[in-house]
Amino acid sequence: MIINFTAIYVLWLREMKRFVRAKSRIIGMLAMPLLFLAFLGMGFSKMAIPGVEGGVGYITFLVPGIVGMGMLFTSMFAGISVLWDREFGFLKEIMIAPVSRVSIVLGRIAGGATTSLIQGMAILLISMVLGFAVTSLFSLALAVVFMFLISTSFIGLGLIFASKMKDMQGFNLIMNFVIFPMFFLSGALYPIDNLPPFIKVVSYIDPLTYGIDGMRASLIGQSTFPAALDFAVLLCISAVMVFLGAYFFEKSESV
Amino acid sequence: MYAIKVDKLIRKFNSFTAVDGISFSVESGELFGLLGPNGAGKTTTINMLCTLLKTTSGSAEVAGFDVNKSREDVRKSIGIVFQDPALDNKLTGKENLEFHGMMYGMKAGVIRERVRDVLALVELTDKADVLVEKYSGGMKRRLEIARGLIHRPKVLFLDEPTLGLDAQTRRHIWEYIRKLNKEAGVTIILTTHYMEEADYLCDRIAIIDRGKIIALDTPKKLKDVLGGDVVCLRIEGSTGKYMKFVKTLKWIKNHKMREGELCLTMDHGEKRIPELVCAAPKHGMTISSVDLHKPSLEDVFLYFTGKTIREQEADHNGFRGPMMRRGHGM
Repeated sequence: MIINFTAIYVLWLREMKRFVRAKSRIIGMLAMPLLFLAFLGMGFSKMAIPGVEGGVGYITFLVPGIVGMGMLFTSMFAGISVLWDREFGFLKEIMIAPVSRVSIVLGRIAGGATTSLIQGMAILLISMVLGFAVTSLFSLALAVVFMFLISTSFIGLGLIFASKMKDMQGFNLIMNFVIFPMFFLSGALYPIDNLPPFIKVVSYIDPLTYGIDGMRASLIGQSTFPAALDFAVLLCISAVMVFLGAYFFEKSESV
Repeated sequence: MYAIKVDKLIRKFNSFTAVDGISFSVESGELFGLLGPNGAGKTTTINMLCTLLKTTSGSAEVAGFDVNKSREDVRKSIGIVFQDPALDNKLTGKENLEFHGMMYGMKAGVIRERVRDVLALVELTDKADVLVEKYSGGMKRRLEIARGLIHRPKVLFLDEPTLGLDAQTRRHIWEYIRKLNKEAGVTIILTTHYMEEADYLCDRIAIIDRGKIIALDTPKKLKDVLGGDVVCLRIEGSTGKYMKFVKTLKWIKNHKMREGELCLTMDHGEKRIPELVCAAPKHGMTISSVDLHKPSLEDVFLYFTGKTIREQEADHNGFRGPMMRRGHGM
C-alpha cells in the first residue's frame, strides 16, 4: 500500500480551487447554520432548558451544536460528492491515474476536511463577533481537533454511501433518514439527557454526539461526557469510517 | 513486440455477456481500430484494457503488463480519451492538464513545458486560462486528446474520438491522430462506429458484433472479400444478347439481374464503364443510367453480419433495453 503525497496534494488543490470559485457554495454553507443560530438562539434564549446550566445562556450552549451541524452537512456531502465526479466523468480521469486508491481517498478527505474546517471556523468566528466567548487558545485548539475528527468521520461515511449508490438520486433519502436524524439526536439543540432512554441509546451510537459534546467540553466547559472519552470514542469512529470508506471505494468499479 | 495482447477475454454484466471471448493483438506503433455498432462491446473492451473494469475471464496484456496483476504499471503506460467528457468543468483547460501531469508524478518544469506543447498541438493556447465549462464540445475533445498525450503514453486509447463532432472538427482530429501515430510513434487503439473513420485511419480493423470479433484485417483486405467494385447498368430493350457478351468478359467476377438493373462485380469499375456502355448498342439495347459502387466497410459489415450497422444498432437497443445500455455504455 503506497501513499502518494503528490496525488493527495493535487486532489486537495483541486478541491480548494473549486471551493474558492463557488461563491454561492460558500454563502450557502454559512447561511443555514447562522440562520439556525440566530433564530433558535433568539427564540429559546428566555427559556429554561434542563441541562443547560445557569450562567451559560442558550446561545452559548447552541454555538458548538451549530458548528457541528454545519460540519456534518458539508462533510457528508464531500464524501458523497464522489458521485458528482462519477456523473461528470471526472472520476474516470482520477481512477485511471497510476496512484493507489488509498491516496485518492486520502486526497479527497484532505480536501473535504479543509473546506468543512474552514466552515466550522467561520461559524465560530462569526459567533465570537456576536458575543460568544472563547476562554483560551488552548480550548480553541482542542475544539479544532474535535472539528477535524467530525469531518473525517462523516467524509468516510459519505464515501461508504457513495460506493453503494449509482447516482445522486438517493441523496434525498440519505438527507432525511441519515443526516437529519443524526443532527437531531446529537444533542446539537438540547442536552441528550432530556431524551427518553430508548432514544438516548440511539444518540450514543451517533458520532456527532461525541463531536459536539467534545466541542462543548473544550469551548464552554460543560458536557455530558468527559472530553477524554469524547475524544477516544470519536477517534475510533473516525478511524473506522475512513478505513471502511477507503475499503468500499476500492471495491467499487468506477465506470 | 506487441503493445496489446488479448486472449479469450470475457466480461459479463450479470447474465449479459458484453464481451464474449475475444482474442487479438496489436503491434507497437500500429493504429488499430475496433469497429462495430453501439453496444457491440467496444467500450467494455477498452475499459478492461485500461484497468477500469475487471475481467470476468481470459487474459489481457498492455505494454507487456497484465491488466489484472500489474494495474499500476498498465496505468503508467497508457493514455485514454474517454467517450464521454472526463474533465473538471470548474477548472481551466490548463489546470486540467496540470492536474493530470501531477497525478502522473511529473516534475513541475516538465509539466509546464509539455502543457504548453500539447496546448499548441490542439490549438487551444489562447483558451488555456478559460474555465472548461465555457468550452464547446469540440474544444473539450481536443483538450482531452491533449491530456492523453502529456505523460507520453506508449499506448493511447481513443474511445469514439469524434462522436458527435461536426465534420470540420472531425477532420482536424483525424489529422492529429495520424500525426501522433506516424511522427510520435504512439500505438493507438480507437473504437468507432463510423465506417469512414475506421477506413481512413486504421492500419488494421477488428469488426466487433455482439461481443465477438467477426473479422480482423486491413481495411483493404476486408473490402477485398466483397470481390471489388459493383457497376449497375439500367437497361432498356432485350438483354439476351448483351448477357451473352457479358459472360465472355473474363474480368467480370459476378453478375446479377435486379429490378431491371444488371449488376456486375469487377476491379477498377471506373475504367470498365466506357467499354460496357459502348458495347450496348452493338447488342441491340440501350443503357439509361450507370451506377458505380465502391465497397465500403459498411458493405463488409453487411457481408459478415447480414445486417447494416444501423439495423444492428436498432436490434440491440430493442433487445437489451435501457438497463443494459447503462451497464455497458459507461
